[in-house]
Amino acid sequence: MKVKLRNPDRVVEVSGPKNVLMLLQHLQIVPESVLVIRDSTLLTRDETLTDSDEVEVRPVLSGGARR
Amino acid sequence: MKCKVCRQHAVLDIRRHNAGFCREHFLEHISNQVAKTIKEFKMFAPTDRLLLAVSGGKDSLALWDLLLDLGYDVTGFYLDLGIGGYSTRSKEACIAYADRKDAKLIVRNLAEEHGYTVPELSKLTRRAPCSGCGLNKRYEFNRAALEEGFDILVTGHNLDDEVATLFGNVLHWNTDMLARQAPVLEERLFGSGDSARTVLVKKVKPLVKMAERETAAYALLKGIDYVIEECPMVEGNTQHKYKEAITMLEEASPGTKTQMYFGFLKKAAPRFAENPTEDVELAPCSQCGAVTLQPAQGEPVCAFCKMKAMAARRRSEGVSAPTIRRSGR
Repeated sequence: MKVKLRNPDRVVEVSGPKNVLMLLQHLQIVPESVLVIRDSTLLTRDETLTDSDEVEVRPVLSGGARR
Repeated sequence: MKCKVCRQHAVLDIRRHNAGFCREHFLEHISNQVAKTIKEFKMFAPTDRLLLAVSGGKDSLALWDLLLDLGYDVTGFYLDLGIGGYSTRSKEACIAYADRKDAKLIVRNLAEEHGYTVPELSKLTRRAPCSGCGLNKRYEFNRAALEEGFDILVTGHNLDDEVATLFGNVLHWNTDMLARQAPVLEERLFGSGDSARTVLVKKVKPLVKMAERETAAYALLKGIDYVIEECPMVEGNTQHKYKEAITMLEEASPGTKTQMYFGFLKKAAPRFAENPTEDVELAPCSQCGAVTLQPAQGEPVCAFCKMKAMAARRRSEGVSAPTIRRSGR
């Protein structure tokens, strides 16, 4: 499957089938720190992904000065 | 996973609630949580004029959307910090959202207001960019609210922001900061009776119960086109490192962030507020009138005016700085 990653934008290829949690573990990404998106829809950790899927892993943690 | 409300297919899992939600019930859940937070902390009333600081990111645009849908009189305020293409794209996201919702937006430009951008200020003052940026934003948000006659200043700080700040304050035992960390900072007046004037507008944070992942999900599911890229100056930022550490704890033990922040508000914050470490006297800044500490000797000058004076002095001494790009809406 094609996995789009951010900051910086890039695409990596990962073999399926895997569920979302397995994909994130494979990429060494903490699941609480991202959203996983397919076709503009969010995916929960138990969703199964196959080789033909294209997904985006979008980080949600923003940084900045203490405000 | 199924939605806890309707048992239809879930799009988001919120592990600290041990629940999944479909799109419709997730959006309803977020709106209810924000409405409840506003009421619980007595943040504002439907008749108040709200100024919302917007950055083009997910939190402030999601909050704008929520407040508009809840029927509040809210105006966006975007401060162009002059951080190259990042600031341009951030401003465009705010303008696009305002146009789409026919919402009111005020745009100001730091370079036009004070003669420097954030990157330039960092170089001139030799301070970390986030430090100067934070000071300028706090000052300009309050100034804009006062000048434009708003009752309340609203910011999009979420649960992760508050926990990271709390984490940093505890690590360094910043007890004076711990005494002031709250979802609501009340208005501050100088003078009394007819001569009383507001120097600090009431500040509120309606997203304190929302995790960062939830505001991002809300923005995506509502089709809000927010800026995903990170500020290019944030690399190595301490606050970001705290967030990463706390998120790992949350992953291992869901509910950690909520327990830490709301446990602090309930059990610890009142103790810090009752026992201030310094007996401080406040005074109006002799240069701009903003609230500041009364020094033991000499005229009171606020941190913002000191920083601005330092930047001007260094510039006159020939410290090189990037060229200011001026841009209006």
